[in-house]
Amino acid sequence: MSNPLDPHAAIVTEAAGLDQGGMLRTADGQPLAKALARSSRRARRRAFFLVLPLLAFVLLTFVLPIGQMLMRSVKNDGFSAYMPQLSAWFEANPDVTEPDDAAWAALAADLEASAKDRTIGIVGTRINYEIPGTRSLFTSAGRKARGGIEPPYREAMLDMDEEWGDPKLWGVMRQASDPYTANFYLAAMDRTRDEAGNIVLAPEEQRIYLHLFLRTFWLSLIITGTTFLLGFPIAHLLATLPMRQSNLLMILVLLPFWTSLLVRTTAWMVLLQQQGVVNDVFVWLGLIGDGQRLQMIYNQTGTIIAMTHILLPFMILPLYSVMRTINPSYVRAARSLGATSWTAFRRIYFPQTLPGLGAGALLVFILAVGYYITPALVGGSSGQLISNLIAMHMTQTLNWSMAAALAAMLLGGVLILYWVYDRLVGIDNLKLG
Amino acid sequence: MTAQPGNDAFVVFDHVQKSYDGQTLVVKDLNLSIGKGEFLTMLGPSGSGKTTCLMMLAGFETATHGEILLDGKNINDVPPHKRGIGMVFQNYALFPHMTVGENLSFPLEVRGMSKSEREERVTRALDMVQMGKFKNRRPAQLSGGQQQRIALARALVFDPKLVLMDEPLGALDKQLREHMQFEIKALHDRLGITVVYVTHDQGEALTMSDRIAVFNDGRIQQLAPPPSLYEQPENSFVAGFIGENNALRGTIQELQGDKALVRLTNGELIDATAVNIRERGQETTVSIRPERVEFKPELMPRDAHTIEAKVRDVVYMGDILRARLCVAGQDDFVMKYRNTLGQVKLSPGQSIRIGWHPEDARALDPV
Repeated sequence: MSNPLDPHAAIVTEAAGLDQGGMLRTADGQPLAKALARSSRRARRRAFFLVLPLLAFVLLTFVLPIGQMLMRSVKNDGFSAYMPQLSAWFEANPDVTEPDDAAWAALAADLEASAKDRTIGIVGTRINYEIPGTRSLFTSAGRKARGGIEPPYREAMLDMDEEWGDPKLWGVMRQASDPYTANFYLAAMDRTRDEAGNIVLAPEEQRIYLHLFLRTFWLSLIITGTTFLLGFPIAHLLATLPMRQSNLLMILVLLPFWTSLLVRTTAWMVLLQQQGVVNDVFVWLGLIGDGQRLQMIYNQTGTIIAMTHILLPFMILPLYSVMRTINPSYVRAARSLGATSWTAFRRIYFPQTLPGLGAGALLVFILAVGYYITPALVGGSSGQLISNLIAMHMTQTLNWSMAAALAAMLLGGVLILYWVYDRLVGIDNLKLG
Repeated sequence: MTAQPGNDAFVVFDHVQKSYDGQTLVVKDLNLSIGKGEFLTMLGPSGSGKTTCLMMLAGFETATHGEILLDGKNINDVPPHKRGIGMVFQNYALFPHMTVGENLSFPLEVRGMSKSEREERVTRALDMVQMGKFKNRRPAQLSGGQQQRIALARALVFDPKLVLMDEPLGALDKQLREHMQFEIKALHDRLGITVVYVTHDQGEALTMSDRIAVFNDGRIQQLAPPPSLYEQPENSFVAGFIGENNALRGTIQELQGDKALVRLTNGELIDATAVNIRERGQETTVSIRPERVEFKPELMPRDAHTIEAKVRDVVYMGDILRARLCVAGQDDFVMKYRNTLGQVKLSPGQSIRIGWHPEDARALDPV
């Protein structure tokens, strides 16, 4: 024994089965690692079959749709599929910027065919993403083309609308002739291409996304901070109160989970609006005059308040589950060693809650970043988040490619933050319960 | 029992009571004075109030009534961090997010010591428990026994005059526990500190303590050095709690000074020493240690009353033999005798006569 005072320090080494090369072998001479792999293969296979249904479910309902959605952010064949001849011309003449007669002929033929198939709207929509207001150019051309377009095509087209001669339009059509494009990502970063195809900042009045991304992350950070400030003491109370009181408190914490999200958000509208309960109380207390009622909703304040409330349980629960496992004797030990209660908290208790805090913060932040309903209802215009814009592209402008690009960027941002978190705190230190 | 705070009384509990709910007392009128440099053990079953007493001394619980004095000063209102008492916790309470060195440095840091002094003291304390090599380890990387040593070193590193230990060896296996008992005792002797030790393990209490306070039902049942606690228990609880014990029920037939003749439930008479007996005819429980029971006529004390016993079974335990006997209608009577060369073989069903020295049979309160 190396340490005669501590029998635990003694380690018994099993030398049997070691051959000269140092490789462990079984009794009948096979390499131990191989024998082990074989003996556990059966169990592994059985385990795999057990999770197979779940795997298939996740694949079918999660991986595939999301993959398809993300695909849309780089692929849009709205132009290339319905304008085949013009697309072929663009491909055959990669360097020609000025359209020749063949190009005009292809355009006219495609327009005619597309108008007959009633797909001209789709083509117009695709170009409209890049140059707002061009959809009607295509639809009206389609209407006229149904009767047939007579050569010379260039003159005929320009006769319909002068805009057909716009080099920018031709540049955009050239880009759209390739179903794969990074333009949606460029647009999501407030960038666009000029006529020469260089990436430039979008005109000032069209720059909305970057600002919104920043606002989304900033508000999510604030919400994470407020849920921490509010949730930490409650989680501590939950973890330290006697069972009966803590159960009651736990029900109060969980109550919001059992109430519809819409009800909770609407309740905040009732409370926070200018003629609402909170303002009434302030006026009644004389804190503010009747004319100075505070604007607490339909702006960022409303978003922060309502989302803090809604996301609070996601901070409290991981914190609580970690705090419950912290033995009170740690703080007692610190106190007996001479630490004031503040020092004991700061040096001993708080560091041990970090895994729960990390989990709670990550959970709240990620949920906040993608939150949609609450900001839509109480956010007004200044409290809108990026998800509201994604939803708008999904349901109103029907620009799914743009929605997908924004969503992919959001996902990327969250993944980067997750990576940073892993580097700083370590994912192993995460404790969700 | 009343505490008499003499000159050497370092810790004094003066009429201390404690209640958590205002309905029942967990500690009922505790009077105890602990001398400087003494190793005092609070021994008792769980719920007997011993840990509560320790927590009141450490400052984590407040006394509902009464005074606690430390070195002559009332410490009822002194917060724990100003008491300067070292404490070893049941689960060691080593801070898991700090290394061993940081754990030991913590009490010195909060006292505002310089870095060099901290280093020096930490090294000294670690060497004291032979753990010098483990300074940069985390508590989770240590075995139970090693953690125990670190906890001990941390409680001693800031030179407290008083160290409290709350069942510090409860989580260790038997062999290691016995070894650590020896080490703690050695440290106590070497450093001259006062130790208040809480345990429910009577073996631990007997091995280590200068004096043992046996707790039950919120009271100290007996406060005595280990030998007198074992050999002269003052009541049935102590007799039953410390060591193995035979309890025979009966009534006092005759009483002369401290000599008593007891009539057992089956009518047989035995000699006993009256301990807390007041009068004839009183119900009593006679306590006899199994190793003080004799069955060989030549070893029997003269004039001793012997009684009939029937052997039920004999267990071979190596150094001793343990016979279960049926005595006076009770079949849980135990007799231990040494496993010597040529020892008489007892077999189940055999009838023997057993007896003992009257001083070894103590007539106590009825259970």
